[in-house]
Amino acid sequence: MSIEENIRRYILENYLFTEDQSELDNKDSLLKKGIMDSTGIMELILYLEEEFKIKIDDDEIIPENMDSVNSILNFLNSKHVT
Amino acid sequence: MCGIAGIFDFKSSRTVTRRSLESMIAKLDHRGPDGQGIKIFDKVGLAHSRLSIIDLVTGEQPIHNEDKSIWTVFNGEIFNYIELRELLVNKGHVFSTKTDTEVIVHLYEEYGNDFVKQLNGQFAISLFDVKHNKLLLVRDRIGIAPLFYTLQDSKLLFSSEIKSLLTQFESAPCLNQNVLDQIFTFWSPVSPETIFDNIFEVSPGQMLIIEDNKLTKSSYWNWNFSEDNHYLDDDDKTLSMRLKELLIDATRIRLRSDVPVGAYLSGGLDSSAIVSLIHNYTDNPLRTFSIGFDEASFDETQYQNSLIKHLNTKHSYLKCTNNDINDEFIDTIWHTETPILRTAPVPMKILSGLVHKNNYKVVLTGEGADEVLGGYDIFKETKIRKFWAKNLDSKFRPTLLKRLYPYLDVSKSNTVYMKEFFGQDLDQPDNFSFSHITRWSSTAKCKAFFSDKTKANITTNALTTMQQTLPANFSKWHFFNRAQYIEAKSLMGGYLLCSQGDRMLMANSVEGRFPFLDHRVIEFSNKLHPKFKMRALNEKYLLKKAMWDDLPQNIVKRFKQPYRAPNIPAFFGTKKNEQLMHLLSKEKISEFGYFDSKKVKQLLRKIEKGRAIGNKDNMALIGILSTQIWHHLFIENFYKTFKQNI
Repeated sequence: MSIEENIRRYILENYLFTEDQSELDNKDSLLKKGIMDSTGIMELILYLEEEFKIKIDDDEIIPENMDSVNSILNFLNSKHVT
Repeated sequence: MCGIAGIFDFKSSRTVTRRSLESMIAKLDHRGPDGQGIKIFDKVGLAHSRLSIIDLVTGEQPIHNEDKSIWTVFNGEIFNYIELRELLVNKGHVFSTKTDTEVIVHLYEEYGNDFVKQLNGQFAISLFDVKHNKLLLVRDRIGIAPLFYTLQDSKLLFSSEIKSLLTQFESAPCLNQNVLDQIFTFWSPVSPETIFDNIFEVSPGQMLIIEDNKLTKSSYWNWNFSEDNHYLDDDDKTLSMRLKELLIDATRIRLRSDVPVGAYLSGGLDSSAIVSLIHNYTDNPLRTFSIGFDEASFDETQYQNSLIKHLNTKHSYLKCTNNDINDEFIDTIWHTETPILRTAPVPMKILSGLVHKNNYKVVLTGEGADEVLGGYDIFKETKIRKFWAKNLDSKFRPTLLKRLYPYLDVSKSNTVYMKEFFGQDLDQPDNFSFSHITRWSSTAKCKAFFSDKTKANITTNALTTMQQTLPANFSKWHFFNRAQYIEAKSLMGGYLLCSQGDRMLMANSVEGRFPFLDHRVIEFSNKLHPKFKMRALNEKYLLKKAMWDDLPQNIVKRFKQPYRAPNIPAFFGTKKNEQLMHLLSKEKISEFGYFDSKKVKQLLRKIEKGRAIGNKDNMALIGILSTQIWHHLFIENFYKTFKQNI
């Protein structure tokens, strides 16, 4: 499974409670669309740390890194997750 | 289930009397109202009270092998007895009954002490090998069926319940104050100890062997987890299918019975999963039972109704009121035989009464799913605290605790409180107690009510005692698995399966069966990477995946609601129970001596003013009240209850 598939599946299953891929666009804002609240973001960070064996600092928890599937993928890329 | 009891005399012959065995087994009438059996040998006596479920005609116990050299009394069920019987018949054994019990004696003939490894079931077995004057006392892997023993002079006495042992005591038993300390820390005693001084349980997965007049213990099974990332290597879909196959089979063999089998339906994922497995994958007629509460925060009726509608099950429902809890509490402690910190067992006793009233003797329940497949909030809390421990100075990480405790104010001003409570041991995340320390230290605050005398009599440290029971490879397991182990051994083994489980079922002659606690399910789950149990904070991930297509979506997706029942309001509402209030009076608190009467008075005053609303106050009140009742029933009334014929 690719990293993109992994992230999409996690968000679909855990926040949208569905397996329907059409319900999430990679550009969707997770906060603005009400998919996640602030604790939801922290849960996502917990998941990313567990799944990809990385550590995320407080100053990296910003919308630019976490607000959409695309931004998460870019962020993971910057952390050298392949 | 049934009740078993017996005596082994290490020294003298012909000292075991029918009268002793009769008085022991009489105290187990509620476990086995359908018949009694007694067999006396030279130095051994075996007794049995029967709840007939399999082979209603020839299933009386004790049961023996072909030449009557091996005898057994047995409480519980061997679910794979059909397959074992076929195996043994092929090896030349001749059966005289159709029972699961008879499998035990022939299996022992074939495999010796290792016979137990072949059993899939819930059992407390006493087996006597006449030729070798050898007695085995064996308990199932998980600790579903109870079995207690004590040494009195030259005799070992054993029984399914402690009240049966007390019939053979010359004087009143004593409360073990170290165990009281354990209960006021973990909610349960650390096995093998019990609240009764000098009375022990056969620990889950253990065998007591008396051979050559010596008593030894042997462990044949324990919870064991994969070490060093040696987990099952498969994808979600494959693993969820394997889990489902195992659960279907675990459910299927637990429907083996010559009487109808029903199921509990709480409305949560676990019982709903079992009920839908019965409905979708077996031809057992579906019959379900549930309980509800007046108070919305405890009640799950809407979810129960959703599944009843979905599966069209024939259902019986009962509402438990505060007055019911008030009325039933003393009798509940008679059955738990131990102090408890919550009233939650009481509604379970009322529910088994509903099952009994409907002429059912057996129910399947969802017990064990949270421990085996990772469902509890304490596992989430452990993950969050571990996540926080990675960056102790983080402002954001502790905010995740709001997911568990929405009322938490995680503003800057409260950071000190957060660190004080949830931050315990954050700098030592590899401590054995890391997962449970917040719960344990919170519970232990109730010890402030202990009297000076009780405090002085506590000679052991509860945490050290617990640590000494951990397996050698405990520290090599993933932290999530360590939390699972502690939960399974403390709260599940010492409280949920006994005080809230077997005892509340058996109080009304009802047997519980638990597919999630099939050892094959546990062994499979223990080989899974923890991410299959809890994906980030999504509990029982693989179970949800396995049951996704079988259950209504509102049940698979709902947030977990822990089972709870009203505590303080049950005793201090409109109706007061005079006997309970008397046991809480200054005179009785001082007379029994376990608690500080002044502090208890303050607690009662706080309750009367309606200011006792916290978890600690609730636990303290129920802990104190149940200890007072326990003393009243088993010590104060000892001669009246246990020695009336002498």
